[in-house]
Amino acid sequence: MQHALEGSQALARAVSLCRPQVIAAYPITPQTHIVENLSRLVADGELDCELVSVESEFSAASVVLGAVAGGSRAYTASSSQGILLMAEVLFNIAGLRIPLVMTCANRALSGPLSIWNDQQDSMAVRDAGWVQLYCTSNQEAVDTTIQAYRIAELCELPVMVCVDGFTLTHTLEVIDLPESEQVDRMLPEFRFERALDPLNPISIGTLVSPDYFTEIRYSHHSALLEALPVIEQAAQEWQAISGREQPALLRCSGPEQARIGILTLGSVAGTLEAALELYTDEPATRLIALRSFRPFPSAALQVACEGLTDLVVLERAVCPGSGGILGSEVRAAFSEVADAPRVHNFSVGLGGRDVPLDIYPRLHAALRNGDGLPYAILDLEPERLPASA
Amino acid sequence: MNETSDNNPLRELRKLQPRFSGMESGHRACLGCGEALAARLVTEAAGPDVIYANATGCLEVFTTAWPESAWRVAWMHSLFENAAAIAAGMEAALKRQGKATRVIAMGGDGGTFDIGFQALSGMLERGHNVLYVCFDNEAYMNTGIQRSGSTPHAAATTTSPAGKLRMGKRHLKKDIVTIVAAHHIPYAATASVAYPSDIRKKVRRALAIDGPTFLHIHSPCPLGWGHDGSLSIEVARLAVQTGLFPVIELERGGLAGVMPIRELRPVTDYLAIQQRFRHLFADNARAREELEHLQALADHNIEFYQLRGTHPDTRDTEGADTVTRGGMRWA
Amino acid sequence: MRQRDNKTSILGNYSDMIEIRIHGRGGQGNVVAAYLLATAAFEVGRHVQAFPNFGAERRGAPVTAFVRIADRPIRRRCQVQHPAWLIVQDENLLHLPDITTGLLDGGAILVNSTRADAELSQELGCPVVALPATRLALDVLGRPVPNTALLSAFLALTGLLPQDALISALGARFRGEILERNRALIEQAAARVPAGAWQEPEHAARA
Repeated sequence: MQHALEGSQALARAVSLCRPQVIAAYPITPQTHIVENLSRLVADGELDCELVSVESEFSAASVVLGAVAGGSRAYTASSSQGILLMAEVLFNIAGLRIPLVMTCANRALSGPLSIWNDQQDSMAVRDAGWVQLYCTSNQEAVDTTIQAYRIAELCELPVMVCVDGFTLTHTLEVIDLPESEQVDRMLPEFRFERALDPLNPISIGTLVSPDYFTEIRYSHHSALLEALPVIEQAAQEWQAISGREQPALLRCSGPEQARIGILTLGSVAGTLEAALELYTDEPATRLIALRSFRPFPSAALQVACEGLTDLVVLERAVCPGSGGILGSEVRAAFSEVADAPRVHNFSVGLGGRDVPLDIYPRLHAALRNGDGLPYAILDLEPERLPASA
Repeated sequence: MNETSDNNPLRELRKLQPRFSGMESGHRACLGCGEALAARLVTEAAGPDVIYANATGCLEVFTTAWPESAWRVAWMHSLFENAAAIAAGMEAALKRQGKATRVIAMGGDGGTFDIGFQALSGMLERGHNVLYVCFDNEAYMNTGIQRSGSTPHAAATTTSPAGKLRMGKRHLKKDIVTIVAAHHIPYAATASVAYPSDIRKKVRRALAIDGPTFLHIHSPCPLGWGHDGSLSIEVARLAVQTGLFPVIELERGGLAGVMPIRELRPVTDYLAIQQRFRHLFADNARAREELEHLQALADHNIEFYQLRGTHPDTRDTEGADTVTRGGMRWA
Repeated sequence: MRQRDNKTSILGNYSDMIEIRIHGRGGQGNVVAAYLLATAAFEVGRHVQAFPNFGAERRGAPVTAFVRIADRPIRRRCQVQHPAWLIVQDENLLHLPDITTGLLDGGAILVNSTRADAELSQELGCPVVALPATRLALDVLGRPVPNTALLSAFLALTGLLPQDALISALGARFRGEILERNRALIEQAAARVPAGAWQEPEHAARA
């Protein structure tokens, strides 16, 4: 049913529909409204679960790890500094193949301090071994959260649902919330095969010598690669149940004959879609909104880029001392592909700087100018700094 | 820098104590912010020859919107959980360099009771010569009023709301000052913004001591507690006068001083003027039960710390901020 | 100020999207105002989007909120740069240099103020309607929160949505006496401004 809801509010309802038994909550801007809404649902008896108000994000991640090991479906959410503080646990969760879903409300990283939206936080933990799915709208955030539990529990992998902080979490828009019965059809009761059980005792998290480590790490890597078809399958399943079209690994839009493509992660896709329709003087452009960043969908991306001569990778993160992060991965994915598009890499919107509609013509101009070879920050304005800085 | 030379800038700066203004006005705190007042008093009393390590929270956010800063002292903000560890590092460096400059760590209740607890415990245990000041507004206020380990029992916050099933925060307020004192540190004390002279005295007392010291300052947040900014001092005073926030001093874990309560007030006087406790005044048995719990907590403090003075005392809850001429409240 | 020209404007035909910017201070219910306006529009079947732009949360700090109302799904996520109208909840914000930036030609401003319309219009160089919203709210609700009164006046001026839609949106947040008082406030505020004065043919929402 359709409602006008703030993104965080809708996410809290979506989580509630997934029937988690344990939620760990620690506040950090801009995720706070999610945990506040969940607290309200618990306080009013609408959500029956253990809501553990932990003392730090390190404990938030540890509590949900313990909860899943104990056999319960669990949830937590964080952003930015919280993601970094729990980083050790995130690697641990993934390496131990713990099925879990969390929301990352994407926010820039300190120092200096910023509370505003970019994607540096989830990028900083891209090697942790989690599935990472990026949402372009709050509807997608709701739908992806539900699918995430399915993916996590089928693959025995943790899933991070990335939702742009403020840009999505604090935006009110029209959202179709599913019915309880629909979510129950999608998500069977959680049965974790390796849950700690006195009747069938196992040891989790043991010391592994060089004799076995490679094979175990490889099994994690291949599990992530095998998640690619599961992500597609979950999208199809939820599409059938919800009646709404669901993107799987990525979503393309724009004219068939386009030779230029723009690849993005997250909500900036919406702005680009709107711009594409307004700036009709610019060359035909294909927009590719990448949904799955981990596992990295090389094959799907290659198919999506067929016929393109140039691909602009536009990201809201940067690797200081190197350049773009998504850009590097895209270039790597095309390195052995014949007739691969030329990759132009730009960062934009760091630390929450607004990405306006005219980013689209500016991108095309920068493309023609070769500014993104290899990398540039598109919206850099050095004259903003005070003279003495 | 040669301490004995005639044109020594540090010596000149030290002469400015105690009128030194360490935190300037023009910052962006809310009207009636208890923490802003407490921080100003601390920096004033501590003087210029100090460097500060500040945890993430309201204080560092409202004082430092780049390119402006309200701080006239050397000051650093790193992260939420590490103020005590940063301070420990600063102290170690200054010690190694043979400097007399002091180090003060500042954190809110979130950065002290919860996420910064580990770093605090480590700093105390290792005996660093650092004063740690906790500005306690009893919730994560900077992020929008979420509960912390310092939130009092039954207080409503956004993550411990009062609802059909729950009556606000279920758990008790962590007794941070006795936990800190259990590290055998030379001096740990509580204070309240309702008694500014007492705060200044305690800051100077702590800085005169060698070793880790701790000051826990009760600081109302009008937005989070739900009262008008003009009532912050009155609210803080009532917390003390009811016994809910005892003003005490502990030396090496033993009780060394209390601010006696001259006129004891019932907890309802304190609770009734704050929106975060309004669910306790509903007409039902659970609300009444919670009020009894809170009164019992206050009664326990009064007995445990012997908070009832037997004679009027210039250091008690009436004398500590009243000038005897005309009985005017001034500190 | 930007030319509003349906034929050649690179920002397209304004009859399918209206953008509004709301300026206020933390604690004045600025963001709630944006959400309420969007919710009210949703109640009458429009596509909507509303979001804030603020610094760290603090009472009294300037906060801007944006609202988009359209007949098609709204996909852009950028801040509103070319609002058709401004709602200003605190008249002291009128002195900020950026306050009227981007306001479309023919755009207008509704300000929470006890000053005269003509005086403010002259100062700002565009049509301004002033409403003593804080005073009205104090009288009727007993609380100095200007947002409901301003929204009601805004709807009356623009004819964008019926007042009922606003009441319906408020009904999700308030009940009983408070809702009734809000209803009274809505009526009083609407009566204070010239109904339909800002109604543009290409903007009229068929409610």
